[in-house]
Amino acid sequence: MAQMTMIQAITDALRTELRNDPNVLIFGEDVGVNGGVFRATEGLQQEFGEDRVFDTPLAESGIGGLAVGLSLQGFRPVPEIQFFGFVYEVMDSISGQLARMRYRSGGRYNAPVTIRSPFGGGVHTPEMHADSLEGLMAQQPGLKVVIPSTPYDAKGLLISAIRDNDPVIFLEHMKLYRSFRQEVPEGEYTIPLGKAEVKREGSDLSIITYGAMVHESIKAAEELEKEGFSVEVVDLRTVSPLDIDTIIASVEKTGRAIVVQEAQKSAGVAANVVAEINDRAILSLEAPVLRVAAPDTVFAFPEAESVWLPNVQDIIETSKKVLNF
Amino acid sequence: MASKTNKASLDAMKQLEKVEEQFQTIQILNEEGEVVNEAAMPELSDEQLQELMKRMVYTRILDQRSISLNRQGRLGFYAPTAGQEASQLASQFALEKEDFILPGYRDVPQMIWHGLPLSQAFLWSRGHLKGGDIPEGVNVISPQIIIGAQYVQAAGVALGMKKRGQKAVAITYTGDGGTSQGDFYEGINFAGAYKAPAIFIIQNNQFAISTPREKQTAAKTLAQKAVAAGIPGVVVDGMDPLAVYAAVREARERAVNGEGPTLIETMTYRYGPHTMAGDDPTRYRTSDLDNEWEKKDPLVRFRKFLEKKGIWNEEMENETIEKAKEDIKVAIKEADNTPKQKVTDLISIMYEELPQNLVEQNAIYKEKESK
Ligand SMILES: Cc1ncc(C[n+]2csc(CCOP(=O)(O)OP(=O)(O)O)c2C)c(N)n1
Ligand SMILES: [Mg+2]
Repeated sequence: MAQMTMIQAITDALRTELRNDPNVLIFGEDVGVNGGVFRATEGLQQEFGEDRVFDTPLAESGIGGLAVGLSLQGFRPVPEIQFFGFVYEVMDSISGQLARMRYRSGGRYNAPVTIRSPFGGGVHTPEMHADSLEGLMAQQPGLKVVIPSTPYDAKGLLISAIRDNDPVIFLEHMKLYRSFRQEVPEGEYTIPLGKAEVKREGSDLSIITYGAMVHESIKAAEELEKEGFSVEVVDLRTVSPLDIDTIIASVEKTGRAIVVQEAQKSAGVAANVVAEINDRAILSLEAPVLRVAAPDTVFAFPEAESVWLPNVQDIIETSKKVLNF
Repeated sequence: MASKTNKASLDAMKQLEKVEEQFQTIQILNEEGEVVNEAAMPELSDEQLQELMKRMVYTRILDQRSISLNRQGRLGFYAPTAGQEASQLASQFALEKEDFILPGYRDVPQMIWHGLPLSQAFLWSRGHLKGGDIPEGVNVISPQIIIGAQYVQAAGVALGMKKRGQKAVAITYTGDGGTSQGDFYEGINFAGAYKAPAIFIIQNNQFAISTPREKQTAAKTLAQKAVAAGIPGVVVDGMDPLAVYAAVREARERAVNGEGPTLIETMTYRYGPHTMAGDDPTRYRTSDLDNEWEKKDPLVRFRKFLEKKGIWNEEMENETIEKAKEDIKVAIKEADNTPKQKVTDLISIMYEELPQNLVEQNAIYKEKESK
């Protein structure tokens, strides 16, 4: 086993699948010689040739259309959108086309496409680079939306995503790319899509979260532990479709829950998680399910980013409201 | 059957070749600062020539200082401009105050020379709201991050000018990479269809981050894309301030006379990295290529030209450099003294009237900010 950052784990997953399946193709802006602006595809063009790993002209809509077309030719495209804030340029390919391929072809075709893209705040990017837009994707039936929080999960989930026969949006939080290392097995292993993981066990409160907020939530849980509260942290890992069983089992155990997301309150997937809990476990609840989210503005510019993004203190405060209800 | 198809395709190839032949790079001032195209010389007074030189020298210093301020953590996002001075500043120099600029992220210099205070350029770099709050009477909008969006919007601004009967143009900038976006084609096509007074500049600096120009398109030139939109297109030496000025001036004249938009490709080069956020040009460019382009430097050739005319000297150069340094010092201080961006400021500019969710959130963040 090797110690890897998330970005290394992602490169490793891509290399594994390029080796495994000759139909896997990687393309996007600057993914070739440059290895991607974050170096996620570092060395892959060298190893697998320009036929398998190639730069595209600068057009996200073109990248999306290319992926649709190549999948009709039996390829397994893994395009990169350089930053997920540019997804609006490729929305039709994603929501209008990929998500509807089975429907449009009466089941004749499927779209085994994995779109990878960095997103997420805390790294002082300019406008339109950091936004959490997973809610837009999750609201599109026909897509799977995956957001890993650790290097280990990133590799196993990405391999599953590439092998999946439906379109997957694979979102990589920029702050997690190089923030820590973890043991990551060499070679192939998979983590099933649609399965959450309890990242920390507890009995008084469930924090349901995903992406970079998993780490903030674990820190909050550790603080709350010092005050005598036992807090469970559930990492959704796939935000659509939701792993209802794991969410409900946790809430039935603790009787209290909050949902934490980096996206604005009216965006993201927290509202959907709360609704599912209310639908299925209302009688197990000792308190209302509250949310921690960013305010309903455009993503904050760098100077205000640290206040705008939900943080450990916000999570502790909301947890206490629910714990002391 | 087969031979017939063959013949038709040969004709099609010839047609393409003929079109491509038309797009030769226009130059007025060569690398030695000699006028090689007297007929195309724009009418510029000595004072105007000096002013254009001052702006290029000043902007080169601004670029150097911006890079070091960025390295000290005192600026945020910054896309270096050295090498592109002629392309950027001579095109802006051909405008009038009433013309409207829709820039890309690298085009801050044009905004400054069109009237944006330097301190606001710095605030924009830091992502401060005040950076985008352009003063009344300065006809620019803050730099576009979404590549191509400015092109379609320029068609709208230009059509608006036409509807209002204004004698003005909308000018917009993108890069060689930007010409691959759908918005690029839509922008030039819409403006052409409405005969709107727009000028579309492509600053072809040979790379889009790491991606070389050849990978963007099979087309020999980017300017020839104008043909499909039914508008005039020209390629100019983007290291030659006089060629850039002449092309833009002519396009402007056509536009205000109701003859519609023009697409101008300026052949240029960025000496520095793509942005200051970790780009490493040695991964995708050779130093030979860098050297080849640095020999074409716009400041060097314009300086030679002006010196030969006897209207530029070292003293003027140094005066300009000192002025730039002083202005930058004052502006960065002004930026530093501007109250820091707050979340409540962001909340307050979301709508004309705050909806209930934001009224509530405003109270919450006010409290947080008071701590
Ligand atoms: C819609 C969109 N896609 C991708 C990007 C990321 N990006 C920023 S600059 C750039 C390259 C642009 O190259 P070019 O148009 O040649 O302009 P230059 O930077 O060379 O001036 C890319 C891909 C973006 N900002 N917007
Ligand atoms: Mg370029």
